[in-house]
Amino acid sequence: MGERLTRFYASRWGIIVAGAAIGLLAPLLQYWGNPPNMGICVACFERDIAGALGLHRAAVVQYLRPEIPGFVLGATIAALLFREFKSRGGSAPLVRYFLGVLAMVGALAFLGCPWRALLRLAGGDLNAVLGLLGLAAGIWIGVQFLKHGYNLGRAGATRAAVGWIMPVLMVGLLLLGIYQPQFSEGGAIYASASGPGSMRAAIAISLVAGLIIGILAQRTRFCTMGSIRDVILMGDTHLISGVGALVVVALVVNLILGQFKLGFAAQPVAHSSHLWNFLGMVLAGLAFSLAGGCPGRQLFLAGEGDSDAGVFVLGMITGAGIAHNFSLAGSPDSLVDGALKVGGISGYGQIAVLLGLVICLVIGYTMRERYEA
Amino acid sequence: MSTNVDARGLSCPQPVILTRQAINRGQYPIMVQVDTVTSRENVRRMAEKQGCTVTYRESGDGFELTLTKA
Repeated sequence: MGERLTRFYASRWGIIVAGAAIGLLAPLLQYWGNPPNMGICVACFERDIAGALGLHRAAVVQYLRPEIPGFVLGATIAALLFREFKSRGGSAPLVRYFLGVLAMVGALAFLGCPWRALLRLAGGDLNAVLGLLGLAAGIWIGVQFLKHGYNLGRAGATRAAVGWIMPVLMVGLLLLGIYQPQFSEGGAIYASASGPGSMRAAIAISLVAGLIIGILAQRTRFCTMGSIRDVILMGDTHLISGVGALVVVALVVNLILGQFKLGFAAQPVAHSSHLWNFLGMVLAGLAFSLAGGCPGRQLFLAGEGDSDAGVFVLGMITGAGIAHNFSLAGSPDSLVDGALKVGGISGYGQIAVLLGLVICLVIGYTMRERYEA
Repeated sequence: MSTNVDARGLSCPQPVILTRQAINRGQYPIMVQVDTVTSRENVRRMAEKQGCTVTYRESGDGFELTLTKA
């Protein structure tokens, strides 16, 4: 039974089911209260969590999103049920940490992770096309390094407790999110009163949706970065059929719910600064491919005991704090007195994206090994 | 002649890349050692697509796949 299910989930229909589930649940979460074209966004929600903890002080993006613990714990449940939970780590954790930081800087220049890029496309936001092109370009660069022997070294099995750190941390975050304790007057836990951070589905709904996606994605290894990488690297369309299912289902659900709006200008929580939408995602895509997974995939790996993926996640949360504290993150298009004011990123943000690209290139060039096999 | 690929501890997509290099050299049977079900399924799917017959068994804390070609 377990073996047959494993085979199904590893099949093309399995990955399509996982993609379709995300494509269904994300627009519904938006309908139930999450921000527009952001029913689910791993980067944005980790950024909101960083804000809730006070790691940045951008008042409009602070909320302890239950979806993120849901993803990790869903993966933990699935991994335990199928006896795949395995405590492991030790593959250049510090490099993975900084790849996480840089991935977040790039993602927040664009305003979204690959999942949100797909969801923005399915909501009619054409700026997502620039982001997805950038993502593909970044992954293409990563593939060139992979072809020339890039890897971060072997991970090894380790003490069971190591693998449990991220799941237990997520339980803690979930409890903080549910009870919203105030540790001091005007202090953490923060929760936005306006802006995207104030837009939220009910905690139980968010958590259950997160758990469902976490379970399905752990079984099927759903990964947006991997989907593009596998096509470039070996013409393999397995993972990308799940991504396709996500976009198609999300598009249909958005049309049914009246959440579809086609165009470039003044899209929700998005800017139409094309160059930086593109370059931001080049950076993110390159960092994801060097780290071996998109932000969602890193959460699911962390949930099944991969402590290196956990380090990447912590890097992303740190990166969110840095991106907002140093004004690197993109600001959305806005309407000022009826006129469109195009958003984008600051000069500091532009420097950070370019610097991030340089650092990723150095990592790609220097972390290579010649195989004997 | 046979080939041995030790992909234990390597993260995605290294096990698949190494196995594909071995398939390109064509010295069967190819034995591939991996340590996660993810790697096992990824290698199996790619190898079957390349026309190999794949069997595997549990070994130690992982799996050993055997790739043959008729």
